[in-house]
Amino acid sequence: MSGVSEITETTQYLTFKLGDEVFAIEISKVREVLDFTTITKVPRTPDFMRGVINLRGNVVPVVDMRLKFGMTKTENTVNTCIIIVEISLDGDTTVLGALADSVQEVIELDPEKIEPAPRIGTRLRTEFIKGMGRRDETFIIILDIDKVFSVDELSLVRDAGDLPAPGGAEPSGA
Amino acid sequence: MSEEFEKLVETFREETYELLSELESSLFELEKDPHNSGEAVSSIFRAFHSIKGAGGMFGFDEVSRFTHEIETVYDLVRAGKVLADKSLVDLSFAASDLIREMITSPKEVAEQKKKADELLVSLRQLFPEITEAKKAKKSALPKEGEPVMLAAKLKAYRIRFRPSADIFATGTNPSLLLRELCGLGQCSVIAHSDAIPDLDEIDPELCYTSWDVILTTGRDLDAIRDIFIFVEDTSELSIEMIDDGESAVDSADYKKLGEILVEKRDITPEDLQRVLGGRKRLGEMLIDEGLVQPESIQAALLEQEHVRLIREGRLKKEVISNIRVSSEKLDKLVNLVGELVTVQARLSRNALYTGDSELASIAEEVERLTAELRDNTMNIRMLPIGTTFSRFRRLVRDLSKDLGKEVEMVTEGGDTELDKTVIERLGDPLVHLIRNCIDHGIEPPEERISAGKPRKGTVRLSATHSGANVLIEIEDDGAGLDAGAIRAKAVKKGLVDPDAELGGGEILSLILAPGFSTTENVTNISGRGVGLDVVKRAADSLRGEISIRSEQGKGTSITLSLPLTLAIIEGLLIRIEDEHFVLPLSAVEECVELIGGDRHGRHIANVRGHIIPYIRLREQFTISGTPPEIEQIVIVKNETTKVGFVVDTVIGENQTVIKTLGRVYKGVEGISGATILGDGTVALILDVSKLIRIVEEGEVSEQASR
Repeated sequence: MSGVSEITETTQYLTFKLGDEVFAIEISKVREVLDFTTITKVPRTPDFMRGVINLRGNVVPVVDMRLKFGMTKTENTVNTCIIIVEISLDGDTTVLGALADSVQEVIELDPEKIEPAPRIGTRLRTEFIKGMGRRDETFIIILDIDKVFSVDELSLVRDAGDLPAPGGAEPSGA
Repeated sequence: MSEEFEKLVETFREETYELLSELESSLFELEKDPHNSGEAVSSIFRAFHSIKGAGGMFGFDEVSRFTHEIETVYDLVRAGKVLADKSLVDLSFAASDLIREMITSPKEVAEQKKKADELLVSLRQLFPEITEAKKAKKSALPKEGEPVMLAAKLKAYRIRFRPSADIFATGTNPSLLLRELCGLGQCSVIAHSDAIPDLDEIDPELCYTSWDVILTTGRDLDAIRDIFIFVEDTSELSIEMIDDGESAVDSADYKKLGEILVEKRDITPEDLQRVLGGRKRLGEMLIDEGLVQPESIQAALLEQEHVRLIREGRLKKEVISNIRVSSEKLDKLVNLVGELVTVQARLSRNALYTGDSELASIAEEVERLTAELRDNTMNIRMLPIGTTFSRFRRLVRDLSKDLGKEVEMVTEGGDTELDKTVIERLGDPLVHLIRNCIDHGIEPPEERISAGKPRKGTVRLSATHSGANVLIEIEDDGAGLDAGAIRAKAVKKGLVDPDAELGGGEILSLILAPGFSTTENVTNISGRGVGLDVVKRAADSLRGEISIRSEQGKGTSITLSLPLTLAIIEGLLIRIEDEHFVLPLSAVEECVELIGGDRHGRHIANVRGHIIPYIRLREQFTISGTPPEIEQIVIVKNETTKVGFVVDTVIGENQTVIKTLGRVYKGVEGISGATILGDGTVALILDVSKLIRIVEEGEVSEQASR
């Protein structure tokens, strides 16, 4: 269902980098972009759930996109930023932060410049990808952000609670 | 329909819901003692009457048509013409339900009309008097009491009555007239006796006295005139309205004494001006001057007093009476206060670091004010839990009837206050618990008698404060829980391991597990296996705890322990490495130092001779780094045991504004929420009892796997 067939008109996208790869999110999903800030880790959750931040008095969860896509953990550099997106989770609008290495620019892409995602070769699950945008000689992976942050994807949080309690009888500090 | 009108209708709905619940509690009174509850009947009548009136006003014609007939019956009851028996009470309950339905979903008029007609038919069969009463009523004058109720605005009149001297000759007794006048409302009477001659000159057949009366009443001028109707022609009578009960008043003060006297032509303005030049109080001066009789002054003073009183009453009514505020606005206020608390924490923190004593004292002042503001705001959201209790009385009544059991409901502590949101979300779990009590707990009457218990079962619902928590207890004197059966069932359903060692409390807690139901036969009341886990989930979402006690054959008691508020708590801020956490201060007993780490790898501390097991949060939360030389143990009380949490540093008290972690982190255990600290970072709030349970379970499974 999802994918390139849904894209019928020229849309604006925000592009960002994870490592060397360029990704894009529809601009309508993006609320704002923040500089990296202190993230409070929530214990007993998977690593890609980096924790929560204070967004003007609201507690907003932050997902490490690199870890989510199987890369190494995002390091904190000058360019690291948090893209605040609005996603619909089970029909409810939820605000979520996506940690990226750097934010690039806002671009416009015509539908004809977007091709369906190849089944292999992206190292990403195909359902996460809406399409591949062509720009000059580079490819931009357009993410289906609602799929990336779907309930199923995030529900890993719940399973983490069943992980064996760490530490155990190991005496520490002595 | 315009938005404005829609709003009014919404208000009407809310008010009607309130009236209906008042109505139901009066019905209970009536049911208890049908021969001796005039007050209840009146209040039932009033409720129906108000609903009828308002219903018609807001276009709920069916409501007002239907209610009208029931009102008529209660009018008859009130007049003592018919007796309110059980069937009437039953019908009234049904009527109350129907009215609720009618105003909640006005679209299904046809079906409601059918139901209404059915009810009315049975009502008419019960009380054939209605039809007669209706006929009679048409011609009858408006009922007494009714106009007073409608014209609730009180007016003040000044009445001067100077009967003709030969009034006795007509057989009229002026004192009876005055007494009748007093019957209309609050009344002050001053007799002018200055015309009475000396005793030897007195003609006993003549009336020398005249009266000034100040009357406060809800009745109109005509009602007063009616009293004097037979003497009006021969007497001197003047009735003036001195306060119309409506005009807005800025203060309760009335006219000055002089003005009143001039207005009543007791003195002339010239005299007044002249006398005002003197120094004594006006009244004394006027008497000294012989311009007026002491009685006139007294009358004027009384008039002043009288009007002042009613105006004061009205001012008070205007000021104190409740304001209806939408809960949305309240929520917003609470959010703002929450933000203020956060900002205040930042201010205090900065004041501390800069070391500016002036700033520090301002910060302290702000802190004090914020705390007060917070408490007051929280207080606004507090509602007495009794409002929900009345709903359960109804439930008990209906259920016990359906099941053929005799159950009495006793409620205690209805005035215990709880946060509005807590009360709202408490309704369903309590319904489940009460249903359970009646369905599974209380035995049928015969069984009870053979067990040597009173025929009637009792369900006790009570609410009490206990520190920062409210305990809600539902207790029945029924059969009690069979621990063996529960265990067997749980094993059968695969909820527990057959060999698991469980304490008494743990076994009983199994009934809260999803998919558990002890009665084999499914009734339509409870037993579908969805009951008690709903309660458990609701309690969890309210950060509450459930504990169950039961003695077989004696009864069961389920206690819900709920936090007073969901928005702001007093917390204890702690730190491990760079991470900050908040423990609810209400659970914290004390903090002690842990020197030299664990002994023999066991997590047990000796605190003044008591053995306290502890949990290393650093390990639990896999926080890297090495713990400091001296660690702190925060000892918390969990149900009956004490457990320590080992942390790096205890920072101190913290006013904690609770923020939810949101849907994404919904499944996280051991963390009940988050809060924003003074430096803008987020700290997590620990769910103490959940954490303890996780560790317990972890250790049990660890032992099992060895």
